[in-house]
Amino acid sequence: METLAEPGVSPLVETRGVTKRYGDTLALNSVTLKVWAGHSVALAGRNGAGKSTMVRLMTGLERPDAGEVLFSGGPAPDIAARAQWRTKVACVYQKSTIIPELTVGENLFLNDHPGSRFGAIRWGELRRLGRRELDAWGLDVAIDQLAGELTVGERQRLEIARALRKGSRFIILDEPTARLESREIRQLFDHIGRLKASGVTFLFISHHLQEIYEICERVAVMRDGRLVAEAAVEELDEDAVVAAMVGQAYVRPGQTTHVPRRAFPTASDERPIVLDVDNVAVDGTVSGASLKVRAGERVGLAGLAGSGKAELARAIVGQLAPSTGRISVSGAPLAVGRVDLARDSGVAWVPEDRHFNGFCGNLSVEENIALPVLRRLNRALGFVSGQRRRGLAETMIGRLEIKVSDPSQNISELSGGNQQKTVMSRALASEPKLLVLGHPTAGVDIASKEALFGIIRATGSAVLLVSDEIDELAICDRVLVMFGGRIVREFAGPWEEHEMVAAMEGLGQ
Amino acid sequence: MSAPAAGRTRTRWRFGDELALLQLIIVAMIAGTLLHPAFLTPLNIVNVLQQSSELSVLVLAEAIILIVGRFDLSLESIVGVAPMFGAWLVLDATLNGSGLMLSPFVAVIVVFFVGFAIGAVNGFLIVRLGLNAFITTLAMLILLRGVAIGLTNGRTLYDLPEPFLYLGNAYWLGLPAALWVSGALYLVGSLILGYHRVGRALYAIGGNAEAARAAGIPVDRYIWTVFVVAGGLASLSGLMLTGRMASVMSGQGQNMIFTVFAACVIGRISLNGGKGTLVGALCGVILLGIISNILTLSNIETFWISATYGAIILLSLIFTRLTSGKSYRSD
Repeated sequence: METLAEPGVSPLVETRGVTKRYGDTLALNSVTLKVWAGHSVALAGRNGAGKSTMVRLMTGLERPDAGEVLFSGGPAPDIAARAQWRTKVACVYQKSTIIPELTVGENLFLNDHPGSRFGAIRWGELRRLGRRELDAWGLDVAIDQLAGELTVGERQRLEIARALRKGSRFIILDEPTARLESREIRQLFDHIGRLKASGVTFLFISHHLQEIYEICERVAVMRDGRLVAEAAVEELDEDAVVAAMVGQAYVRPGQTTHVPRRAFPTASDERPIVLDVDNVAVDGTVSGASLKVRAGERVGLAGLAGSGKAELARAIVGQLAPSTGRISVSGAPLAVGRVDLARDSGVAWVPEDRHFNGFCGNLSVEENIALPVLRRLNRALGFVSGQRRRGLAETMIGRLEIKVSDPSQNISELSGGNQQKTVMSRALASEPKLLVLGHPTAGVDIASKEALFGIIRATGSAVLLVSDEIDELAICDRVLVMFGGRIVREFAGPWEEHEMVAAMEGLGQ
Repeated sequence: MSAPAAGRTRTRWRFGDELALLQLIIVAMIAGTLLHPAFLTPLNIVNVLQQSSELSVLVLAEAIILIVGRFDLSLESIVGVAPMFGAWLVLDATLNGSGLMLSPFVAVIVVFFVGFAIGAVNGFLIVRLGLNAFITTLAMLILLRGVAIGLTNGRTLYDLPEPFLYLGNAYWLGLPAALWVSGALYLVGSLILGYHRVGRALYAIGGNAEAARAAGIPVDRYIWTVFVVAGGLASLSGLMLTGRMASVMSGQGQNMIFTVFAACVIGRISLNGGKGTLVGALCGVILLGIISNILTLSNIETFWISATYGAIILLSLIFTRLTSGKSYRSD
């Protein structure tokens, strides 16, 4: 890295020993990263490695607890001086910040219009300057067109142009290709190439490793809040990047290496099939996936965001209707798109985002547990038996060791781990044949994570665990990996973590 | 039950809102008694309650819609248009009716069906087409207001047959029938909301519709049903009002929706959905009824009474904000 240093020249951007802590979590642990002008850097790392925190510090959204951020050797502007930050660095996020109701020109000059002394916008001037900017950055769109009419890719390039207009020559691209079609990815890469030739440097974050090699000179890998590798792309191939992401001497929490894995299924497996997914497609996300889960089996469904795993899971639990294919539970075909009927056929579900659709924050722990099984707690005429509901809640609270002062405590008052246990107990309350778990230990502390793993191991139901976390997938008997809407690989028995990560990244096919 | 002490205080706190409202009602009654000797007489109290009964039924309708996290402005227009349509079917052309001379018993059923149908249309527009509830039900309100006037060219319909007026002017066991009916509805409604599978599902939907959906509750069907039931309740409220007035004015029910929302807000029904009880809503109705009665007895002009309502809503919002520490916004 030091070979890049020329005497008297400072790196374009440098984080010098930055540390950031959120509560008990150490998000960044003394990270030093230098980005030199003309050497675009790819930042790789698994979820939670600290990439987003790095972006937040480098764009001045947050201040490091220790260490500092430098631009061309000078200290970063004060965190309140947003205008100054914008002249140094810009980040194009996955979520667009282009306002679709305004024209291309207005978006380009947002809150910075060429105006008269009295604040009136000089439209002629705006168009003239705007066209010059668009020409300069090679963007072929009409200045008066509504931004909403642009393609996703064009909007992205408009966003980059806006950042460049503010004077920034360092652009962070956060998963820019996630929402693009392949033709648009090509156009974006061509555009990035042109901009690099005219002196713009990029920090590129992507889960698709092939892309890194196409547009970056250097690659930096983060793991557990540390920078674990940084080199020129020629020196670090894809396998080495994956190895760095996973960590060589990496021990999975909650799984000592001595625990023998349960016998994994063979072709002669006699256990009855609980879930049979036959060639299921969901518009635009899943194309022809088939899988089987047998009684007592724990199967992982792995894949990154956008791989189609979440949509396939939602089709199985009845939240969305597949366009083609068949899903059967214990041999009986499932009515499509009906959560209640899926539940009645024995499918229980722990959604991946508990705050979005896991629990009702206005209700008590007891009521949340009982919600899907109210019919079973019937006393007469559909009235719920309070006693039986309390009994169910107390059983589940005891079985899952949920920490509550009383079953009637509001669920919003619990910690994340205990909320997740409540959501889990709700799924278990229906005594399902199949338990579909979406990222079941997301955002919970280590102790709760352990407890949740114990609960999953102890359940008699067949389990389909949908996740991109190796830690979670480790409790499965076998793991199916999805990429681009298809199941691309199956891992049975002991597997190498880096192979699975590589499969999720779409490598090695 | 081995509930620890913390749990018991929590349970008591859950009735805190209603208890506070009850205290306010008692304060208002003491104030009324001190100000007017005529206030605390059986006749006046029954009068206050009877005048509140139509409002209370409409508040019940709005409350269940608010609990599932939606709202409906058009309920007050059903109060007018549904009895108006029924009366129009019953009356002779010389009395501004249709001349169809429908049996009044059938007409009463028609009145209810008008309410159900309007609720069903609202539900369709809001649940199925996903239209904004505010503007949809506002448009429905304006439309139905026009229809109510158009049916009779703005004239008042009177000389209505007795069965049509029964709910509003009959007495059962010495008390107005409307009082019994509204009391029974609140009792049944409270039981269903508090203890029935459907009622608990409505709270779940209002709290987090996506979570309710994930738990297998048919969210859209329930919300739709709530709109239909609320429409029927608004029809009932209209029939009660018609019976008490012995006529249907084209503007019947006008501006009632403001009082309805006032009662709901005072009664701590959350506009965000998922929170509040019918007991609270009923307390809100009674409190407004007592205050209005005191102001009327004091010969205060009606416009000052409505100004007072506005002030009370603002005060109760501020009060809620200060006591709960949470802002009371609908986002």
